Amino acid sequence: MIKTEEMMLNVGPQHPSTHGVFRLVVKLDGEIITEAQPVIGYLHRGTEKLAENLQYTQIIPYTDRMDYLSAMTNNYVICHAVETMMGIEIPERADFLRVIAMELGRVASHLVWWGTYLLDLGATSPFIYAFREREMIINMLNELSGGRLTFNYMRVGGVKWDAPEGWIQKVKEFIPYMREQLAGYHSLVTGNEIFLNRVKGIGQYTKEDALQYSLSGVNLRCTGVKWDLRKDEPYSIYNRFDFDVPVQESGDAWARYQCRMAEIEESLKILEQAAEQFPEEGEILAKVPKIIKAPKGEAFVRIESPRGEIGCYIYSDGKKEPYRLKFRRPSFYNLQILPKLLKGENIANMIAILGAIDIVLGEVDG
Amino acid sequence: MSGEKDLEQLKREAVAKAKAEAAAKRAAREAGQKPAESAAPKQEETPVEATPAAGSGAGDADDLAKKKAAAAAKAKAAALAKNKREGIADEEPAAEAAAPAPGVPEAGAGDADDLAKKKAAAVAKAKAAAAAKRKAMELAGGADQASEPAATPEAPEAADAGAGGDADDLAKKKAAAVAKAKAAAAAKRKAMELAGGADQAAEPAAEAGGDDAKAKAAAAAKAKAAAAAKAKAAAAAKAKREGGAEDVPAGDDEKAKAIAAAKAKAAAVAAAKAKAAAAKGGAAGAGAAEAKPSPNQPYLDKYVKVIEENMGSEVLEDFYINKLSKDVPTLVVKREAYFKLAQFLKYNELLGFDYLSELHGTDFETHMEIYVHLYSYKNRQSVAFKVKIDRNEPIIESLQPVWAGADWPECEAYDLLGIKFTGHPNLHRIMLGEEWVGYPLRKDYEPYDVEV
Repeated sequence: MIKTEEMMLNVGPQHPSTHGVFRLVVKLDGEIITEAQPVIGYLHRGTEKLAENLQYTQIIPYTDRMDYLSAMTNNYVICHAVETMMGIEIPERADFLRVIAMELGRVASHLVWWGTYLLDLGATSPFIYAFREREMIINMLNELSGGRLTFNYMRVGGVKWDAPEGWIQKVKEFIPYMREQLAGYHSLVTGNEIFLNRVKGIGQYTKEDALQYSLSGVNLRCTGVKWDLRKDEPYSIYNRFDFDVPVQESGDAWARYQCRMAEIEESLKILEQAAEQFPEEGEILAKVPKIIKAPKGEAFVRIESPRGEIGCYIYSDGKKEPYRLKFRRPSFYNLQILPKLLKGENIANMIAILGAIDIVLGEVDG
Repeated sequence: MSGEKDLEQLKREAVAKAKAEAAAKRAAREAGQKPAESAAPKQEETPVEATPAAGSGAGDADDLAKKKAAAAAKAKAAALAKNKREGIADEEPAAEAAAPAPGVPEAGAGDADDLAKKKAAAVAKAKAAAAAKRKAMELAGGADQASEPAATPEAPEAADAGAGGDADDLAKKKAAAVAKAKAAAAAKRKAMELAGGADQAAEPAAEAGGDDAKAKAAAAAKAKAAAAAKAKAAAAAKAKREGGAEDVPAGDDEKAKAIAAAKAKAAAVAAAKAKAAAAKGGAAGAGAAEAKPSPNQPYLDKYVKVIEENMGSEVLEDFYINKLSKDVPTLVVKREAYFKLAQFLKYNELLGFDYLSELHGTDFETHMEIYVHLYSYKNRQSVAFKVKIDRNEPIIESLQPVWAGADWPECEAYDLLGIKFTGHPNLHRIMLGEEWVGYPLRKDYEPYDVEV
């Protein structure tokens, strides 16, 4: 009789396919995973503790380092929380700059996901294409903010820098180019039979599971829940733009792939409209006090990041530093379902399932 | 083998010792800090509670503002006299066209100078009053003194700009005056609501302002929301900016413009601040903002009704609309009923909060608090619910069996705050590891390094 022994496999913390310092302790029965235990915390920097001794403006650079693939949305969420508490109205031009920056960030983030996910599956060239396009976005954001990854661009009441001469034109020119490339991606990968066999029916869960595990963003929309905070709890000026919320029903890795690719198109739609309606002139920063003090009380706001629902909770005692600051980090919540998804799966699908969740470890660890 | 064991033993002993030391240190520190702590809150509370005292503050500011206003008025009068000598009459029609306020066209062309003078005085007064108001408000709100120096130099600057004005600036200045007066009126009204009509500064300003200013103030007062006044001021300022020909030499003109814009914005911010303050319900006699019910009020009423019908009135400690947090209905639940209420919120047909959006704890030094934000995808509604727990014995039921998504957030709260969740299947120190000494997000946390 053939007998297999239970084997423990340690994936990470240094492993190219975990997209950061993430460790997965897997117990195997032959090729079947019997138990998977995620171990996190390697990148924990105590942002929330540090923030208790920082003024609101000083906290913004720390948010860049949480979800470092989409720093603009992180910038926005803390500014939005403070602005909500203080009742500050944002100048129109600043709102446009914020939306354009965030949507560019969303496209860049989905591109990184697309490239690295296919790399996980063994396809090397998409990674190069994705990073070619992402580089153009990074360059644009660099011109806007002076940073390539950690932008530190937004401020309470608006943004730090105005768009340089001709910048909006560059954004306008990028949109048709990106659409063309996207069509290329689809013909290269989306219909590929090997790819389809690797993602269809993999890492499947139901809508009930998704809600039960507090999943958000694409991880929720892939199960048929039409829910996007940009649409359903509009913030900034998103209610001015016409765009769809891509939804899939099957809840597997393939559904998540389709949702993300469709979201790039929707973001391009928003960018197109925002660049078209961009105000000729105007303020980029509302008149705010030199030292920002949120009024006494608490607030929790949530917005749609590329990875899902990112939230910011502030309890202020009226001082210039928050008494308590807490980020609701979507990757942290989304990753919780992983042990459930991996149990009983074939080891060969492990990376395909992990990659489809789309996590950023800087955000998981806070 | 035995050597290894000894090493383990030694390590464990060292950790235990270190923990004991840290605890002792913390205890010593607590004991030492107690007197200081008891003094500190008092200091903090005084500015908040001393709303009537703000009256006296406003009084001082008032005197100062009056003096400043007088100086500004004098300066303006001098400038006007100079302008008159140079022949100002030609500019008057343009000025009237530029000023969209209803009061202006009534004035005869013959009274131009008097009107202009009066207006300038009114502007100066209104400006000073607005500054005083802002200051008073900041005092009442327990705001910092750092902003005071920022506010004070504003007034002389404005006066300078007024005194330095050339003849062809008059039209623009007038337009600016309209915007300023309106903004000031709005700010004033807000401040009055805040302080419960405690300041007298409003009256002299209104009196000295003459018919023009009065009419404008009345018009502004008629506007139902501060937003309307704000929009008007902004529109006036914008109109002025657009009306200003580009070939006008920069300098005073630019300065006046910038000041006008800044003032309008400052007023808007002040109004927003006042609104927020009023929303908090801290100020007595705060009228308009308080009276207007939140759009989420019906939801809160519904939740409370359903909860009280099914679970009795003893469950909730408090419930309110949190105006600072996008009007989210907030429930404060009693410690004993926490888990039951969580289950009820999820499984009740009418409530159906099937999604846990956020869970975290906070150390309030007197107690710990758990904040949970829930969402119902069925009803498309949010609710926040909170529970206070004993800081010395922070133990509470886990919500993991109700929402699986509470698993890691509870581990995080356990790791960083030391809150123990009973019934949690795998409560562990998720971020820092089991060896870590102390709970970093507690306010009395002392960092401890084993190697030091």
